[in-house]
Amino acid sequence: MTTLLEQEKIQQQFKERMNEDELLNCMRCGFCLPTCPTYIESGYKESHSPRGRIAMMKAVVDGMVEPDADFERSLELCLGCRACEPVCPSGVNYGHLLEEARDIINQNKKHSLPVRVVRKTVFEGLFPHQNRMRTMVGLLGFYQRSGIQTLARKTGYLGLLPENLATMEKVLPKVPTMKEMKNRPEHLPALSEKVHKVAFFSGCLMDTMFMKTNDSTMKLLQLAGCEIVIPKEQTCCGALHGHSGEKDSAKELAKKNIAAFEDLGADFIITNAGGCGAFLVDYDHLLKDDPVWKQRAVAFKEKIKDISEILVAVSFHKKVKLELPPQVITYQDSCHLRNVMKTASAPRTLLESIKGVQYQEMKEADRCCGSAGIYNIVESEMSMVMLDYKMVQAKATHATTIVTANPGCLLQMQLGIEREGLSGKMRGVHIVDLLAEAVK
Amino acid sequence: MLSNEVKDKLISIVTKENFDDSKIERLVYSYDATPNFQSMPDAVVSPRNTEEVSEILKICNQYGVPIVPRGSGTNLCAGTCPTEGGVVLLFKHMNKILEIDEENLTITVQPGVITLDLINAIEEKGLFYPPDPSSMKISTIGGNINENSGGLRGLKYGVTRDYVIGLEAVLPNGDIIRTGGKLAKDVAGYDLTRLFVGSEGTLCVITEATLKLIPMPETRKTMLALYQDLSAAARSVSKIIANKIIPTTLEFLDQATLKVVEDYAQIGLPTDVQAVLLIEQDGPAEVVDRDIKKIAEVCKQENAVSIQIAATEEEAMALRTARRAALSAIARLAPTTILEDATVPRSEIANMVKAINEITEKYQLTICTFGHAGDGNLHPTCATDARNHEEMERVEKAFAEIFEKAIELGGTITGEHGVGAMKAPYLEWKLKKEGIAAMMGIKQAFDPNNIMNPGKVFAKDSKKRVVMTR
Repeated sequence: MTTLLEQEKIQQQFKERMNEDELLNCMRCGFCLPTCPTYIESGYKESHSPRGRIAMMKAVVDGMVEPDADFERSLELCLGCRACEPVCPSGVNYGHLLEEARDIINQNKKHSLPVRVVRKTVFEGLFPHQNRMRTMVGLLGFYQRSGIQTLARKTGYLGLLPENLATMEKVLPKVPTMKEMKNRPEHLPALSEKVHKVAFFSGCLMDTMFMKTNDSTMKLLQLAGCEIVIPKEQTCCGALHGHSGEKDSAKELAKKNIAAFEDLGADFIITNAGGCGAFLVDYDHLLKDDPVWKQRAVAFKEKIKDISEILVAVSFHKKVKLELPPQVITYQDSCHLRNVMKTASAPRTLLESIKGVQYQEMKEADRCCGSAGIYNIVESEMSMVMLDYKMVQAKATHATTIVTANPGCLLQMQLGIEREGLSGKMRGVHIVDLLAEAVK
Repeated sequence: MLSNEVKDKLISIVTKENFDDSKIERLVYSYDATPNFQSMPDAVVSPRNTEEVSEILKICNQYGVPIVPRGSGTNLCAGTCPTEGGVVLLFKHMNKILEIDEENLTITVQPGVITLDLINAIEEKGLFYPPDPSSMKISTIGGNINENSGGLRGLKYGVTRDYVIGLEAVLPNGDIIRTGGKLAKDVAGYDLTRLFVGSEGTLCVITEATLKLIPMPETRKTMLALYQDLSAAARSVSKIIANKIIPTTLEFLDQATLKVVEDYAQIGLPTDVQAVLLIEQDGPAEVVDRDIKKIAEVCKQENAVSIQIAATEEEAMALRTARRAALSAIARLAPTTILEDATVPRSEIANMVKAINEITEKYQLTICTFGHAGDGNLHPTCATDARNHEEMERVEKAFAEIFEKAIELGGTITGEHGVGAMKAPYLEWKLKKEGIAAMMGIKQAFDPNNIMNPGKVFAKDSKKRVVMTR
């Protein structure tokens, strides 16, 4: 609960911090409505639409309404998928407004003790420290390998968890050992005629839990003629912090990353997670109030490229033979890759060039799957509604392989497959892992 | 504020779940797509069927509570802004397609159906519903009927009015009536169907509609004609029609509009020319080819610098989609966009374009002009800032002059956006006192207690002001 005093502080900060021009830029045409998953799934409730949320933010700034519980709820239920941005003819930066609003609410609200402890542990204690991420994922590995997992599943102990968390436990990837996670490369040569020198943004979760996917990414880059540098000083991108109203921590992480990458002489900085990439290309906005850092952030963001974009740019799919056993595959867009990084055709081009497979476009592949960072845990009910809808569309393609381009989406797809009882018949896979498979 | 008595009665009709009077829920139904209009309703109510609508109206009529029926809130005349509070009616439960009748070529729908969903459903069966307002991806058919919406295909196929052949409507006293039907001919009494279409929710609540469909044209072709001279583009419009060709679409976009639309859509629109005509023809292939060729000739005679024909349907679709985004794209230029809807006889379109440019020049404003030139319907849109009072005064004067010019040329103050609250003060300019009195008589006959969308169409007093209406 937010107290009245907190509400007053929040309202004051809205007046001071929200970008009024951006709020006014929304001319309320409603073109965003049909693309908003929460608007549709809530039964066309304007309060769960982008236009409605912007109107509320403006009304708080104007003093027409107080930032009450309903207001907070509406902002919480937003996935942050930003599907409203590419369709907005006026070019409203909804994502920026949302992030600022969430930051104001969060910074002025006293969370309950357990929530405070969890937030502090996750945002300050864990994600910014790659060694602790390794330990954490290492523990998961111990759990998976030691027999505890088998025991936990058999005893039904997992039944104590909320349903989707219990299912989530089943779909987590087999994680690497501590030793494997510590022993990461810092420099790799091109394996064909060198066309670019690139830097690789390895990510915190991607370089631990999804290490195999990072390995595939680097292998593809090498085959595509890229020399790769992987600076050790890089850290978590800060997306999780930024989306959860921890802007200051996000800024610190951004500065570390900019510094880590700026003197490498790389043509591009490659990412393989749409969620991270989208946050990285927004660093200049995050650091907009700091002229020196802003300039450095612009130079940084101009080099960010998703793995599929660079592969298409260097004609990887034309140079390297890609082939797989006959199967139908489909692609689920990563919202942030599509809506923020504007990468939509490159992954499809790559998938369509694999010999032997039939690529089947999914209806509304551009609609959020409900993963949305930690949304599927904190807003599990709405997330599962989104996922069920997604699985109906996925099944309609008759695909046996659902390809994604972001770890969160991948886990969500696997969760969907498990929930539908389709494990063994259908699989979820990151695009680079599928491409690596096709190279063999 | 609703009294507890009214509130309890409304809840007993629709259940608690479909009644909301929380501050946030009221706020998000306090506006539509019209700039500078916002006013909180007292409650938001979502009936599930016609009977519930009837019960709600009886209560509101008894207690004098204003009723504002609302689709998706995309109208541009403040038609659904609850300027006098009251109850906003939503149709989220009444959103079913009830029947597609392929023998009579009709579709029967509830008001909450999204226009594009309706179009998709009938196009699957090779049928065609021409009205295509720019907001059709989200606008509802109930909203379209109440506003008598137009669209890009109006030139050849007409507007919503031309396709509504039957209605079910609830009157303010709760009576449920049916008008028209699946009939090609029907002269049984007054044509209430036509009266209700475009009545902006001021006479009744429409709860069901039967719409006329036509066979899908076999082919269509889309072209752009580029001009370095605005008047030449405008003259081409009248000349094409004078040559006895009626294209499906004949749209005009000036350079300022082209630039913002291209900025948004990025489809390679020409931004180095003064104006563009977007022209489309449909029908049997040989007719379409012949017409497009003839139109191209006319445009060249009128000094078009280039003619481009869309090579694929995707390309044509991209052009249409870009055109539909024009109004909102202009919002990129400035915080406030104020658009007008003046319409003149087609033959006067060149004069109107010329007048708009002179007025823009005179008042030193940024006005982008686009619109359905073939219908004589232009949308001069001013990119401004509502916070800049000095500039708003100039906008005010400029639009008053544009209105005056339109009426002088034999035109009207609104071609397709409606009167609503925004243009209510100027209705008299077009209708004169006697015209208003005649319409007022109709209003009083249907809605003696003035609960149906009060403050719309009829102004409390006729003002001289065009933009700053409050």
